Amino acid sequence: MNFDLTEEQTILQGGLRRFLREQATPDTLSGATAGDAGHSHTLWQGLVEMGVPMALFPESAGGLGGSGFDISVVFEELGRVGAFEPLLESGILAGGLITELGTANRQEVIDQIIAGRILVLAHAEPDSRYDLAHVQTTADRVDEGWLLTGRKSLVVAAPAADMAVVSARVSGAISDRSGIALFMVPLNNPGVELRSYRLQGGGRAAEIALEAVRVSDNERLGGGNEAFAALERVHARACAAQCAEAVGLMNGIRELTVDYLRGRRQFGKPIGSFQALQHRMADMLIEIEQARSATINLCGHLDAPSAERERQVSAAKNLIGRVARQVVEESIQMHGGIGMTMEYALGHLAKRLTMVDCRFGDADWHLERFVRLSAVAAEEFA
Amino acid sequence: MDINYSAGQMAFRDEVKSFLAENLPEPISRKVATGKRLTKQDHEQWHAILFRRGWLAVNWPRDFGGPGWNAIERNIFEEEAALAHAPRIIPFGLAMLGPVLQRFGTPQQKDHWLPRILRGDDWWCQGYSEPGAGSDLASVTTSAVRVGDHYVVSGQKTWTTLAQHANMIFCLVRTSREGKPQQGISFLLIDMKSPGVTVRPIVLIDGEAEVNEVFFDNVRIPVENLVGEENGGWTCAKYLLTHERTNIAGLGLARAALQNLKRIAYAETSGETRLIDNPLFASRIASVEIDLMAMATTNLRVVAQAAAGQAPGPESSMLKIKGTVIRQEIDKLTRQAVGPYAAPFLPEFLEESEQADPIGPPHAMPAVQKYFNNRKLSIYGGSSEIQRQIIAKAILEL
Ligand SMILES: Cc1cc2nc3c(=O)[nH]c(=O)nc-3n(C[C@H](O)[C@H](O)[C@H](O)COP(=O)(O)OP(=O)(O)OC[C@H]3O[C@@H](n4cnc5c(N)ncnc54)[C@H](O)[C@@H]3O)c2cc1C
Repeated sequence: MNFDLTEEQTILQGGLRRFLREQATPDTLSGATAGDAGHSHTLWQGLVEMGVPMALFPESAGGLGGSGFDISVVFEELGRVGAFEPLLESGILAGGLITELGTANRQEVIDQIIAGRILVLAHAEPDSRYDLAHVQTTADRVDEGWLLTGRKSLVVAAPAADMAVVSARVSGAISDRSGIALFMVPLNNPGVELRSYRLQGGGRAAEIALEAVRVSDNERLGGGNEAFAALERVHARACAAQCAEAVGLMNGIRELTVDYLRGRRQFGKPIGSFQALQHRMADMLIEIEQARSATINLCGHLDAPSAERERQVSAAKNLIGRVARQVVEESIQMHGGIGMTMEYALGHLAKRLTMVDCRFGDADWHLERFVRLSAVAAEEFA
Repeated sequence: MDINYSAGQMAFRDEVKSFLAENLPEPISRKVATGKRLTKQDHEQWHAILFRRGWLAVNWPRDFGGPGWNAIERNIFEEEAALAHAPRIIPFGLAMLGPVLQRFGTPQQKDHWLPRILRGDDWWCQGYSEPGAGSDLASVTTSAVRVGDHYVVSGQKTWTTLAQHANMIFCLVRTSREGKPQQGISFLLIDMKSPGVTVRPIVLIDGEAEVNEVFFDNVRIPVENLVGEENGGWTCAKYLLTHERTNIAGLGLARAALQNLKRIAYAETSGETRLIDNPLFASRIASVEIDLMAMATTNLRVVAQAAAGQAPGPESSMLKIKGTVIRQEIDKLTRQAVGPYAAPFLPEFLEESEQADPIGPPHAMPAVQKYFNNRKLSIYGGSSEIQRQIIAKAILEL
């Protein structure tokens, strides 16, 4: 048993923390959301130069590790300052699928991602809610290739990307796990249309309409019927990243709130001297530690057999979702009016933390999923 | 013990219902129902309609142009208005300043300001809070110095709701630094068009600018704008607070929000099932509905006391806390119900005139905006912590 980071992880953490503290200022972040790309070129370049995308890939793919704890180190630091550079989208989702399934030019694309090229995964659709198997977009066989038609929704960071991994159905019903295929689609292909918009938690996403978009066999990821399993695996990693980011956000918020409780005076004393607030801050601290432990559990199980891994995904997402709500609502409350403004650092962090719960499944969705996935384990008591 | 309304009260409820059905303009109620922004003109139009019916100043006595309702009638009106998606009555002139003037104003002040409030000639805002004076309101520092027949006002107010619409602000200002802080405060009416007044909007986490900072730089205010005695402002402030606390439970608003939540939970599906049929989500709705049913009666118990002539005291703190918890829970469930479409930030879709298709269902953006906005319920009008403090001291005598 050892909960320490490796030396490399510690160095990465320290460097990232310094860099982000200096560069990821509230102005930079709000400017990034306002701009067309929805992210900051300066931040992104800095992260790339520090080798952050590389940390997310395994050594076999030219990366530095890509383990659960490599992911958590990176995303906790991003969360601490509320940064939203497209590492999860490019490195973990799109990059993860390419690593897992391969393409004609697999290593070339991975090297480009490590060097800062931005790819996204266009998977969710208007009616999919949180269901990973829901794919209505169709891939029709023509000559040597495919025609993709459908709508992809809430594609985070798409306005920053030039290429998407797009899921489409080659067979089966809308929610079948089998019959899903993945294709590399340049976003400037004829028939691809993006509608870009801002996100509550910062950054931008797009709705993507695909109208008979032509792709070749070479652009298909993997050949067989393994897409869903790969989607589930990379989403487990994405959930780990998101949970770690949430822990970072929680700690950023905790620091702000404790500072505020110390500095804000009412009735002639610091409001932090009121026991009513002290106890709530103490409860918040306990829950944030729980959130960290839940994230560690998940990161430590990313390579476990899928049944156990997915149970851990839902456990972590449920707990993180619950604690996120508590931390957001309590921190705003304990700040009073100032906690409700976008002019103060808490505003963005609190909004971003709120939004953790509506991506990849909310606390209740994962609670039900946890129950279902635990049914297998319960059989031993029969 | 009889938990039913009397025949007279039921007839009154019907009268209110049919009035709303006939007179509440549909474009306005549609905006309220769908969570769209209301313009200043929308509010003014609705106020004018209520004024013509004599139902605008719900807590004013007949003599001053109010309907003379007791607490139960007021409660019925407020509940029905919320369920019909009427805009809330802007409280600053009508619910707050009006009663203070009626109690402490000079005859000239009453004659001048009260009819103007009713007619909507002035839009009032409330200048109590300051950067350094929130829960501890008695520590206000905005100063008013008497110079001849004027006060010269300097300082800053903050969180001033809808000051962008207002031409008048009533303020707590410091006129003396002697004795206890409460003893040096005066209640002053300030024309916002006076030289030296500036208003700066503050954007809140919902993306909207409903509050403002108001700055005063040597603003000259005639002494006849002082309400009550110089250094007697705290008495006015405390009196106003008891009026601010009518309808504090927000019961009608909670009911309307619950309806909206159910409508959305019916429209949203998760896989094959409607969210409203999902056992876990349905149980969350049920829990808050059960709380709301009980709170309706808690509210009526306090209201009945008030109707019998007993001013609602610290009980109103219970109503504010519980009402707030319930409304914030409903707002959270509504935000949860829209699922991943809570993520887009699309303030332009709060504008009724927006023609483009929204991202996701049309109810998504308003649901998220409301979730963030209603964090305020537990902060303003005496925070939930301050209300608990009142209960502990005044009811429990701890
Ligand atoms: C949306 C919005 C609209 C508003 N509109 C207006 C308006 O129109 N006019 C106006 O004058 N004001 C308005 N306010 C201001 C509001 O009344 C204040 O925000 C409120 O009084 C709290 O003050 P504060 O924000 O300074 O918080 P603080 O008083 O600094 O409180 C910070 C935290 O400490 C807690 N706390 C304070 N004292 C104690 C204690 N003794 N024991 C335990 N906990 C304590 C509070 O509950 C809170 O959680 C508005 C506020 C908001 C958010």
